[in-house]
Amino acid sequence: MKKKISILIVDDEESVRDSLYNWFIDDGYHVECAESAKKALTMLESSDYDIILADIKMPGMDGLELHRRIKTLSKDPIFIVMTAFASVDTAVQALKDGAYDYVTKPFDPDDLSHLIRNATAQISLKSENESLKSSLSTLVDVEDLIGESEGLKKVLSEIESVAQSNASVIITGESGTGKELVARAIHANSPRKYFPLVSVHCGALSESLLESELFGHEKGAFTGATFNRKGRFEMADGGTIFLDEIATISAKMQIELLRVLESKTFVRVGGNKEIASDFRVICATNRDLKSMVKNGTFREDLYYRLNVVNILIPPLRERVEDIPKLANFFIKKYCASMSRDLVTIEPAALKHLTELEFPGNVRELENMIERAIVVGNGKEIKLKDLPLGKEKMNSAIESLDDLEKKHIANILSKYGWNISRSAKALNVDRVTLYNKIKKYNLKLEE
Amino acid sequence: MSKQRILLISCGHFEKDLLESLAHDICREFGYPVSYKECCLEMSGYYHPGRRQYNANDILQATAAVSEPDVVKAIGLHRVDLFIPILTYIFGQAFLGGDTAIASLFRLRNELYGLEPDQHLLTDRFRKVVLHELGHSFGLIHCMNPVCIMRSSTYVEDLDQKKSHFCSTCAEKLLQLRGQYDNDCMKPI
Repeated sequence: MKKKISILIVDDEESVRDSLYNWFIDDGYHVECAESAKKALTMLESSDYDIILADIKMPGMDGLELHRRIKTLSKDPIFIVMTAFASVDTAVQALKDGAYDYVTKPFDPDDLSHLIRNATAQISLKSENESLKSSLSTLVDVEDLIGESEGLKKVLSEIESVAQSNASVIITGESGTGKELVARAIHANSPRKYFPLVSVHCGALSESLLESELFGHEKGAFTGATFNRKGRFEMADGGTIFLDEIATISAKMQIELLRVLESKTFVRVGGNKEIASDFRVICATNRDLKSMVKNGTFREDLYYRLNVVNILIPPLRERVEDIPKLANFFIKKYCASMSRDLVTIEPAALKHLTELEFPGNVRELENMIERAIVVGNGKEIKLKDLPLGKEKMNSAIESLDDLEKKHIANILSKYGWNISRSAKALNVDRVTLYNKIKKYNLKLEE
Repeated sequence: MSKQRILLISCGHFEKDLLESLAHDICREFGYPVSYKECCLEMSGYYHPGRRQYNANDILQATAAVSEPDVVKAIGLHRVDLFIPILTYIFGQAFLGGDTAIASLFRLRNELYGLEPDQHLLTDRFRKVVLHELGHSFGLIHCMNPVCIMRSSTYVEDLDQKKSHFCSTCAEKLLQLRGQYDNDCMKPI
């Protein structure tokens, strides 16, 4: 339900207070009155008002002084001054001090209605703005990083400690571990969160394209440059720039980047004017930058400039305990996006997921779940809905017999214990398969 | 004695046809029978020479004084230019949930705005002001529905856009608010 707008009328004349009170009450506002500025300040100690309508000339403390005192309180109501013709100059002073508007007494009824309507619109815009800002920061919050493993907890604590600073960050981790999510989480929790987070995938662009993308270009700088274009550094002014796959940039771009990071100024391609931008850099790579520095493919000075903080995201195989939570998160995500009823995952399928190698990490798991929802029966993800994948080397399997038993069990499970189809897949006859089932004491799990 | 009527108090000359038409509309919208009486208020006491207008708050009090004890609400009908201290003019005045209201024809005349006189339009505007102010006296606040009688009107053009009846929301609220008066009627006095 929408909150009722509250108005405080401050005027020493009773007839004015009463008239305004009745006028606003008829409009459905919550209205209170104070006969002096001092009384208004006392009322403000215990209550909040959206709009304060105060006369300038009052005995004791005047409206201007009241406005100044209110500004020192941690309250931010819309302050409107009322004045007679003789005190328009004072009203102008009030506007300079930050009052929202002024009205001269007596008011035209329409002026008063418009004034309050505009102030009300301002209040709702302000509250809408605040709620949008808070929802924006929630969208890219750390809630997107799913799991409770020690490895992930360490990453989260590093995000928390680095977010408030301005330090450059390198996020390292295998492909698909969620490096961009970590970058977003750092940005969302930093003081720069209300400014843009600009992402650049360095690996996807050639050297000249990357240069134009990062620094922008002037009209006519090269064939096809038909208009002036802002670069990503310029767009990230006040915010954060995320350079993904930083290890792929050329030697020339490394020098350019180092210069920009040191001076925080750059020139557009084809331009001659220096442009300043206040940005924070977060980089990501799946390569070992240190060894690249050693073998001379990555500049040492740039490495140290970027590597103020290093966050290492562990691969999924090192945080197996997060797989069930991640699986359920992706199930919810894809069921919602495909407008399907929420499906469950059978224990055998979940167990199978925890046994996989996941070279593609969380991204691979995500794709696996999406595929399983598409091909599945719409109620439960079964083992047969999941690709066999590359399983981890299980230390429990030591003999060939163990390996054979596991493989046969998997195939039987995949084909729902259909002996003919399983035997065909294993390239043995049905009798042999029966014998193997007997030998390894395999049973259909309910 | 039960309060089961609304009283029209005509201060100044109002044609019988106009009063009957108003009574009909009030009865239709509020569900109470309407009676009317003429009254001669001494208006000079409410005149503000500087503004050349009449103080509506004072007139409202004077109208309350000439009302009758057995009425649910009373409304004074005037022909003078009304003001309240904070506003340059008003069409009518009532306190939210109060017993008495007032309405004036003065600012509703086309002639005041350089247009040809239009008696029909004048009656229509006056009817709307009377119903609006009585609505306030029953406890209704301004309505956002652009054609509802309880929509706030600061210009005659605003009045012309409204209809002469309540929107369904206000009608429902009025029914609830009326309930308390009807219950009062049942109480022994």
